[in-house]
Amino acid sequence: MSEQPLLSVRGLTLGIRHKNDSVTTIVDGVDFEVAEGERFGIVGESGSGKSLTLRAIANLLPRGVEVLSGSIDYRGRDLVRMPADGRRRLAGPEIAMIFQEPMTALNPVMKVGEQIAESPRRHLGLGKEEAHRLAVEMMRRTGIPDPARRAHAYPHELSGGLRQRIMIAMALSCSPKLLLCDEPTTALDVTVQHQVLRLLERLCEDTGTALVFVTHDLGVVNQTCRELAVMYAGGIVERGKVKEVFADPRHPYTKGLLDSAPDFDRPDHELVAIPGFPPDVFDRPAGCAFAPRCVYAVDHCLEASPPLEPVLPDREAACFESATIFERTPA
Amino acid sequence: MSTPTAVLVGFKARRRASRRRSLKPWYRNGTLMAGIVIVALLVLVALCAPLLTPYSPIAQHLEDALQAPSAAHWLGTDKYGRDVLTRLLWSTRVDLRIGFLAVFIPFVVGSVLGGLAGYFGGWLDLIVMRIVDVFFAFPFYIMVIVLVFVLGSGEASIYLAIAAVSWVSYAKIIRGEVLVAKQQDYVVAARLGGVPHATILLRHIGPNVLSQAIIYAMSDIVMDIMAIVTLGYLGLGIAPPTAEWGSMILDGQEFITTQWEQATIPGLAVVVTSLGLSLLGDGLSDLLSPDRRK
Amino acid sequence: MLHRLRFVPGRIVQAIPVAIGVTILVFLMSHLLPGNPAVALLGDRATPDRVAALSKHLGLDKPLWLQYLIFLGNLLRGSLGESLSYQQPVSGLVLHAVPVTLSLLLFALVLSLLISVPLAGLAATRPGGARDLAARTFTLLGQGMPQFWVGIMLILLLAVKVRAFPVGGYGDTAADHLYYLFLPALTLAIAMCPTIIRSLRASTIQVLGSDYIGTARSKGIAGAQLFRTHVLRNAAIPTVSIIGVNLGYLVGGSLVIEKVFAVPGLGSLMVNAIFARDFPIIQAVALFVALFVVVVGILTDIVYTLLDPRVDLAAAQGAAS
Repeated sequence: MSEQPLLSVRGLTLGIRHKNDSVTTIVDGVDFEVAEGERFGIVGESGSGKSLTLRAIANLLPRGVEVLSGSIDYRGRDLVRMPADGRRRLAGPEIAMIFQEPMTALNPVMKVGEQIAESPRRHLGLGKEEAHRLAVEMMRRTGIPDPARRAHAYPHELSGGLRQRIMIAMALSCSPKLLLCDEPTTALDVTVQHQVLRLLERLCEDTGTALVFVTHDLGVVNQTCRELAVMYAGGIVERGKVKEVFADPRHPYTKGLLDSAPDFDRPDHELVAIPGFPPDVFDRPAGCAFAPRCVYAVDHCLEASPPLEPVLPDREAACFESATIFERTPA
Repeated sequence: MSTPTAVLVGFKARRRASRRRSLKPWYRNGTLMAGIVIVALLVLVALCAPLLTPYSPIAQHLEDALQAPSAAHWLGTDKYGRDVLTRLLWSTRVDLRIGFLAVFIPFVVGSVLGGLAGYFGGWLDLIVMRIVDVFFAFPFYIMVIVLVFVLGSGEASIYLAIAAVSWVSYAKIIRGEVLVAKQQDYVVAARLGGVPHATILLRHIGPNVLSQAIIYAMSDIVMDIMAIVTLGYLGLGIAPPTAEWGSMILDGQEFITTQWEQATIPGLAVVVTSLGLSLLGDGLSDLLSPDRRK
Repeated sequence: MLHRLRFVPGRIVQAIPVAIGVTILVFLMSHLLPGNPAVALLGDRATPDRVAALSKHLGLDKPLWLQYLIFLGNLLRGSLGESLSYQQPVSGLVLHAVPVTLSLLLFALVLSLLISVPLAGLAATRPGGARDLAARTFTLLGQGMPQFWVGIMLILLLAVKVRAFPVGGYGDTAADHLYYLFLPALTLAIAMCPTIIRSLRASTIQVLGSDYIGTARSKGIAGAQLFRTHVLRNAAIPTVSIIGVNLGYLVGGSLVIEKVFAVPGLGSLMVNAIFARDFPIIQAVALFVALFVVVVGILTDIVYTLLDPRVDLAAAQGAAS
């Protein structure tokens, strides 16, 4: 904690401001820190606000959604209050992003080599030739066979796995300090998924790039990340080291997620789905957002919303009953 | 589309908005109402034209020719001394009537041919669509102008000429819609259940595909009115001395340097008419197929 | 790139039946005229001798299909008959007028793009905003104005009141042509713009919301550069086919506009022929314009293919056959 973290998100609140000045909050007071070279996973179901949080860091919030309060400090500078121009200078050489769908995230009418070269040309001041050479080199490093020829291909001529490698080459072309990944492997076959994750991990290790990895897939987090935050209905419900959280969850939702995911180490382990559905963004309950689905909920849970508090060393959870529940049923 | 939360939230918000819009009763649809009001006013003017001014639209008073606007003649008089306002109002009768009536034949012919081609496919589809391609090669105005020339000027020729050209668009639209509707489960089920083709086409497919043709008909009326006015301007339309916007513009063009309003105002009347019909069409399309609009 | 254009020969072959259909339709038009087609082609004042001679030449006593073959034969030899009012071969008159009309069309197309692209871009960046509303009003009104009336209004404002442009004509030198054609081209552009703006606005909104624009933004690309390198080409793809389809409409309009501005192109030729009841010219212009539209259809496919690397019409042809 003595060292300044690379990324520090404080009380980040995102929402839609309506014409009549009323506000719909989608992400509510999210806090987390990412150290240099760290690999941080954010897990949640769709609608939990994990992707929006990531997009807020990348300055890619969809129209209508804005940062209502809080700050995103990148190396001590608040991205939220930074002028658009300065923000754009960071996009690429400092903060890069990889998207979920390699199908749609590449410009269909531009050769992939040109798309990789675009960022180095803009941010590193490379000429056309140099940028192209760098693009081919990046493609080689991401394990694309015959990169010199493939650089002249259009996205539709490549497979999904190759396209995602192109995305990675593009994102890492300017050696960013922070790489934001929005479910980068969800659209891929399981075998390709594994290769891409390994590649991502190796390249980030080589360049000392920190990862923020958003996914709904616990297995992917387990493979890739060291730190983890679990989001539910716009807030973080549990945070800690991946291995420890997996071994001993301290929030009923995390436990529910783990129980509902297949675990190849324990094939006899019975899958239990969490009953009900996450609340609609426009209609969230007053107390703990998870309370209506929580088997452990008591009256108090329906009235007030629990803060994220330390429950173990290096562990925080947002549950009033955490101590009671998890002492009774040790993992 | 990917469905990260961001997109999802936007999607939900949009869906709520559109649900609210489609639940809105038709009379709360501003575009539709504006269109209805404008078109209704024009129809009223057409019906009441003889009551609105004391003058005849065709009787010549050469001694009063080319007067500037005055209390007696609000928009002045033309080169034959006829009151311009009176002619403007009477034109509504001709242009609106022909515009509205002209869509019927092509609507029916095009829908039937397009519907049969799309439903039965095969050689019928091939032949109909090749004919459509041939007709489609002739620009609307060219075809109408040539046909009216060949058939001789007059209202009947205009109907025939417009019908000969614009059935093509209805055929294309309905064929496309039928091709989609044919794949729907309820149609497939009806076919497997041995329901006669005629029943399927009329009862199951027809009502679902016609809305697109009706929406198109609104813009088609605008096209037809443009064609009538253009024919009038070329001296091929309704024979003089009947008042008609196109021929009024032609008459007024002669005096563009001295009395600019004579060519300007009939054109504005056309603009208002098409505006009303376009708004009506947009409103109808909001109402009939809310999911298809941006 | 070139191998993707290998669909062109096949596409031309496909267009042949349509072109033949066009000639049949034009041929039949002369038979729709009341009375003897020979009289129609020669005019009312023709002597009985000449009517008889032409009747024989056209083979009016022969069956209709044979008459058509004679018509087609003449056509292939470049003979479109003789103009009644000019007393000279129609083909020469048409060929003389074609370059004028083509330059007017090209000029109009360039002006439409110069107006539409920025307007659509501005409208799409904030859908529902003030600029979007302005663009929508422009398209609504633009669709509702008779083209020839817009021409007259432009003459009134820019030629009569302001005297910045000539009332009509074509001039003698190339620079003159450009100057004289400006108002007619602008008139046509105003007619064409609503369609282009509508399509381009919708596709730009769609492109701006797509994932790859997010990717480009995550690389720090924004503003004009983003629009130029990532938005425009993608948004242009659907618009190209819209323009292709509507070019026929533009041609039709241009014929009337030429009359308004006394531009000596195909339109003036045709409209004057209408007044002179000179049917061979009308027939020839209709035929030429329809064949032009067929060619434009092929050109549209070529441009479309060049713009969008995903399109492979040759593969589509192979799959269809």
